[in-house]
Amino acid sequence: MAAPEFEVPQFKEQIEIPKIREGSMSHVKSFVSPQPTQEFLGYPWELGEDWKERALFKMGDLLKKYRSLRVFMDACVHCGACTDKCHYYLGSADPKNMPVARQELMRKVYRRYFTLPGKIAPWLVGAEELTKETLEDWYSYYHQCSECRRCSVFCPYGIDTAEITMAGREILNYAGMGQKYSNEILTKVQKIGNNLGLPGPALEDTLAGLEEDIEADTGVPVKLPMDVKGAEILLVTPSADFFSEPHVESLIGYAKVFHAAGASWTLSSYASEAGNFGLFNGNYETMRKVALRIRDAALELGVKRIIVGECGHAWRVAYSFWNTLTGIGFDGKDPFSIELQQQLDHRYPQPMHICEYTWDLIQQGRLKLDPSANDDKIITYHDSCNVARASRMGDEPGGQFTIPRNIIKAVANNFHDMAAETIGEATFCCGGGGGVLTDDLIELRVKGAYPRMNALNNVVQEENVNFMATICAICKAQFTKVLPYYGFDRSMVGGVHQLVSAAIKLD
Amino acid sequence: MSSLTVFYIGLFYVATLILIAGVAYRIYEYSRTPAPLKIPTTPAPTTNAGVAYRMAREVVLFESLFKSNKWTWVFGWLFHFGLLLVLLRHIRYFQEPVWFWVDIVQPFGKYASFAMVAGLLGLWARRFLVDRVRYISTPSDHLILALLVGIGLSGMMMTFVVHTDIVALKAFMLGLMTFDFQPLPTDTILLVHLALVALLMIIFPISKLLHAPGIFFSPTRNQADNPREHRHVANWAIELERKNG
Repeated sequence: MAAPEFEVPQFKEQIEIPKIREGSMSHVKSFVSPQPTQEFLGYPWELGEDWKERALFKMGDLLKKYRSLRVFMDACVHCGACTDKCHYYLGSADPKNMPVARQELMRKVYRRYFTLPGKIAPWLVGAEELTKETLEDWYSYYHQCSECRRCSVFCPYGIDTAEITMAGREILNYAGMGQKYSNEILTKVQKIGNNLGLPGPALEDTLAGLEEDIEADTGVPVKLPMDVKGAEILLVTPSADFFSEPHVESLIGYAKVFHAAGASWTLSSYASEAGNFGLFNGNYETMRKVALRIRDAALELGVKRIIVGECGHAWRVAYSFWNTLTGIGFDGKDPFSIELQQQLDHRYPQPMHICEYTWDLIQQGRLKLDPSANDDKIITYHDSCNVARASRMGDEPGGQFTIPRNIIKAVANNFHDMAAETIGEATFCCGGGGGVLTDDLIELRVKGAYPRMNALNNVVQEENVNFMATICAICKAQFTKVLPYYGFDRSMVGGVHQLVSAAIKLD
Repeated sequence: MSSLTVFYIGLFYVATLILIAGVAYRIYEYSRTPAPLKIPTTPAPTTNAGVAYRMAREVVLFESLFKSNKWTWVFGWLFHFGLLLVLLRHIRYFQEPVWFWVDIVQPFGKYASFAMVAGLLGLWARRFLVDRVRYISTPSDHLILALLVGIGLSGMMMTFVVHTDIVALKAFMLGLMTFDFQPLPTDTILLVHLALVALLMIIFPISKLLHAPGIFFSPTRNQADNPREHRHVANWAIELERKNG
């Protein structure tokens, strides 16, 4: 690793709230999306003469369509409760990375064009004209938010900066300033079927290779079936699980669990992606199009259950939005959702998280586990933001915290949580979520990872922790990249099903 | 009837109209704007009763603020609950006979004004002392605090230092409500107090004071966590479904 061109924050026993340093992150900008990508998504690729009208039109449009945005624009009292809650602020000290200041970037324009005091006395209420400089600021700072919702936990009105970031990005796209990384992914998933752009034949090869590896390793012919019509379960998982380390170890884990349960399951080459970057960009229609691929695959294959692999934002979209967007779920009264919901097995939640599935099997005693197989590891668990604050597992609120930990404790003997204020609903984002997992934002990613790295360092020092489990493809990729900046080994991060994979005994 | 009395009669009718119509319009706007997606901040209650309980904790105890920052919570809570008691005490000026519980609240309401002003001053101090809060404060943030402190102090002056003719004031207020207009006492401190209150009522529907109705419409707090069990689709999204299949 080359020496970074920026300062990596230093570890502290307790994280300190930095004094503000204005403009310290204003130079950080991700690459702008090129013409073909923008065209494919139906956006302009540069600011035209009417950029301002377009931006304001889209803002008005979103204000009418989203109660969240509408209420959040009005309700903030500038109390400051959120100012020290964002990992990017804690790691960078740039005041525009304080959630309220990030919101104000939009709110000052909202006030100027959509409120009475802002029209008659802009100086009084901090209302400002929409200029190209404002738009540049939006582009910088709406791509320095990982939409992790930590601020929304602490806001007395529940204002969720993620909603404003999403709206900001949609307005930017509509005006002609898209972000290359996210928009190229949205193009690949719609053209090819997954975010990595892996074509079907390449996937088949990979799965065949993995089957050989597992058999060589365990002597058991565990299968990773694809496009099997009539299978009971469709597994939808982030495409990183097929190719990236350590992700693939968890894919092997899911396969072993299905094998041990004697389940009939399949992957889909058409819907070979659980991730949905439509969420990050705040475009309902795009998010819906991407999600519909899974509905279509489920109908095509005739599956009875849909299970989602280890991916944070994918689980948010699946758990919270699939029923809305695609009818995957229950209680649909319209032909569109009834068509699918008749096919699905009503004895199980739809969709189901792989951790819910595995934990059910463990509780039923249907998996043979040898926790000592993980005795080389002293494990901690990183709650991924979208799982923690935007979804659930199991029947009870908070199941998203207990179920993954219960699995870890069932498959391993050494587990220590990080400090309470850094996990659960207060978990710190990995620093790479929400569409910023790109090398052009590496400084942001390293600085944003600081609160999590600091909490990790504390359990490394006190409990000799040497492994951080998580259930998110973005977290895994982000940590693999940033752990070395903080002096840790990149192999320290891995999936929960990677631990399951090591402990499970197959026959 | 003096022109001063006429002016205050007009002022209070206008202020009341703006407050009620303005807040009603905002509530109408918020309630008409759809929430197309389920976005409760989790862990969230899974039932509507649970949501009501969560909202009650938020509104009464400021639960999220408590999690966030104990100083802001202490000052914010002192202010709001001081204000609540003070407001309840003021009901006595708008009715005859007075409800028994308003009589009970009366002594608490008098001294709650200290809590109210102390809370406001604490919140105001944070706008100067904490660099992050200083950075986000706008002129209107300071002016609203000044307005509220002005209302509090002028009221306390009348309660504890120079009493106004409270019998005449009550006659004036009852007169406003029954269209049987009575003269307003002319002490400066009372006129200041009433003018500031009217100003607060007027700016309510166009300022950040909208956080009061806003919280009830905040989707991260008022939605139940049940998206797998119940299909939730906004009307404009149904149109989209129809169009795109």
